[in-house]
Amino acid sequence: MTKPTANTMTNNFEKNSGLTTRDKVEKSLARRRAKETRFRLYGMASVLFGVLCLIALFTDIASKGTAAFKQTSLTTSITLDGDYLNLTKDSTVDEIRFANFDGLIKRHFAKEMKPKSRSDKRELFKLLSSGAGWQIQEMLIADPTLVNSSITFELLMDDDVDQWFKHDRQLSTAETNDRLSDKQLNWLSQWIEQDRLDTHFNTLFFTNGDSREPELAGIHGAIKGTLLTLMVTLILSFPIGIAAAIYLEEFAPRNKLTEIVEININNLAAVPSIIFGLLGMAIFINIFGVSRSTPLLGGLVLTLMTLPTIIISARAAIKSVPPSIREAAYGLGASKNQVVFHHVLPLAMPGMLTGTIIGMAQALGETAPLLMIGMVAFVVDVPGFINDPSTVLPVQIFLWSDSPERAFLERTSGAILVLLSFLIVMNTTAVILRRRLERRW
Amino acid sequence: MNDTNSMKLIENHKTTGEPFSKDVKISARNVDVFYGEKQAIYDASLDIGKNEVIALIGPSGCGKSTFLRTLNRMNDTIDICRVKGDILLDNENIYGAHVDTVPLRARVGMVFQKPNPFPKSIYDNVAYGPRIHGLAQSRVELDEIVEKSLKRAGLWNEVKDRLHAPGTGLSGGQQQRLCIARTIAVDPEVILMDEPCSALDPIATAKIEELIDELREKYTIAIVTHSMQQAARVSQRTAYFHLGQLVEVNPTEKVFTKPEHKLTEAYITGRFG
Ligand SMILES: Nc1ncnc2c1ncn2[C@@H]1O[C@H](COP(=O)(O)OP(=O)(O)OP(=O)(O)O)[C@@H](O)[C@H]1O
Ligand SMILES: [Mg+2]
Repeated sequence: MTKPTANTMTNNFEKNSGLTTRDKVEKSLARRRAKETRFRLYGMASVLFGVLCLIALFTDIASKGTAAFKQTSLTTSITLDGDYLNLTKDSTVDEIRFANFDGLIKRHFAKEMKPKSRSDKRELFKLLSSGAGWQIQEMLIADPTLVNSSITFELLMDDDVDQWFKHDRQLSTAETNDRLSDKQLNWLSQWIEQDRLDTHFNTLFFTNGDSREPELAGIHGAIKGTLLTLMVTLILSFPIGIAAAIYLEEFAPRNKLTEIVEININNLAAVPSIIFGLLGMAIFINIFGVSRSTPLLGGLVLTLMTLPTIIISARAAIKSVPPSIREAAYGLGASKNQVVFHHVLPLAMPGMLTGTIIGMAQALGETAPLLMIGMVAFVVDVPGFINDPSTVLPVQIFLWSDSPERAFLERTSGAILVLLSFLIVMNTTAVILRRRLERRW
Repeated sequence: MNDTNSMKLIENHKTTGEPFSKDVKISARNVDVFYGEKQAIYDASLDIGKNEVIALIGPSGCGKSTFLRTLNRMNDTIDICRVKGDILLDNENIYGAHVDTVPLRARVGMVFQKPNPFPKSIYDNVAYGPRIHGLAQSRVELDEIVEKSLKRAGLWNEVKDRLHAPGTGLSGGQQQRLCIARTIAVDPEVILMDEPCSALDPIATAKIEELIDELREKYTIAIVTHSMQQAARVSQRTAYFHLGQLVEVNPTEKVFTKPEHKLTEAYITGRFG
């Protein structure tokens, strides 16, 4: 049967069913509308599902994590006895470091709470953080003239006290005293009555490196490590990626070799990231002798991982530059370089930047390859530069999530919140940059 | 008339009419153009005289754009395109071994079918060519070139108050005149135009045709057009292409009143194309 023309179609319909074309259209219209509505519903349902999952995730993490930003401490007035500490107002930093602050604190609390036996004493001192002495030491280093004066400060409590105070205070003793004894709870309620025990913003969480003591553990080291690692990654992968994309797209001859290179770049983008870790170990550590656990090494490995992403998105951005713009420039006698750098690159830049930021966001959350190159080590010191041992946020999260202490789990969620806000900031920057740079043509 | 018929008529064809002229600016000799395996132009020989406007006409796909683009080597930007034969600009072969396309395209400018201003300001659009070729020694000189070019393109009065507004914000006809201004700012000797009015309304078209007529005093112009009226109005000579063959070249008046070749006649009387 040959296709009927529009005219004969109308005639046929009228003959066959007594319906005009108009009626047919009306009838099919209802069907089409229903289809449209159904599709819209599907779409809305899937968006809703996604949003709900996101909300569930965020509320869960936020409800657990925000507690990590608060730390329980005890308002304490203590005299910095110069004779006991062997310090004067002119003591050097080294002398201060070796002074027995822990003994001073123990003496103070023994006097104040009057524990009866040796074991009572031990239980009392367990309530205080082992970092309390360090707190005083830091204050003295900042201001040595405090020797022999009386100071009032927020003395850190142990993580068990912290958790009890933040979460379990309302529960009956029977439920909680697996970690705290009746005697300890008694002392704590004394302090609560005196209005001395309270939670404060947990600055240490943001200024300290990792620690075995949860109340002293912070993410400063991990944040610094992450920033240094990402800096190395960005400095290497952005210029290399953009240059590779420009070369492949604009200058490379079209032959078998470039085709193979292209295919393999696409393949690399799909390689599991842990393989890049192994590769980094084999090449950078074993051959080039880069030291382990450093942001430099991490950055090198993450560069390998992000390069394909950046190259692919940069090439897509270059391809999307309208050919008419190139022709216009060539037609005026612009050289290849001028066409690329005056016209193609500025127009492709927003897309390239978006791709780069997506790549960096991937690198920010990457854990597996960094485990392979030793960034999983326990590092207390905040790294100063790219050749200091350090860890990164996602690995820190991984490490803490493995700890048995409840306070560490809380910090895990806290660190996740920080990581997520990093991501949100980066992606927002990507969107803003894009808007800024995007030009109509 | 169908393709098989016309194919017979142009087999081993030699161009009829007067493809050669005396006061030559560009002369093409035995030009073959291939896209990969496919041949798009067969053995075309044609002279373009100084200060003349030559119209290239013919059915869609016959190779007008392809031929035009050989004249400033724009075909070089297409990977699969190969050109055989000689094209002489002032008696120098532009396909010679050591010819640089950069100065060539400064001498032979091009205006495209679709207006394609850069996503920059009107000023920067016009100033781009002079800038890359170093035509102006100072800001003042550059300003002068921009003003002169916009005036020649008949756009000055419309844009003189917003030179730093984006060129893409102009109307289609204004954009095309901006592209012409951009081309003449480099002060070329030859201007190639590939259907410059196909996206424009009759008023904008009339303006550009007027402009072409004025530009002829200074430049040599080759224009591809689908409008017979336009060819008749602006050109002195007309070349008719068919299926990659240069069928006939004659003074425009002659082509439109007494065409020599049967195919030309069929085309201008509207029997195909
Ligand atoms: N980039 C290209 N790659 C391959 N073939 C091409 C290319 N450009 C043109 N061709 C072919 O070359 C022949 C001539 O094309 P050309 O664009 O020169 O025609 P034209 O006469 O300008 O047509 P129109 O009037 O439609 O613009 C056509 O058959 C076309 O398919
Ligand atoms: Mg064309």
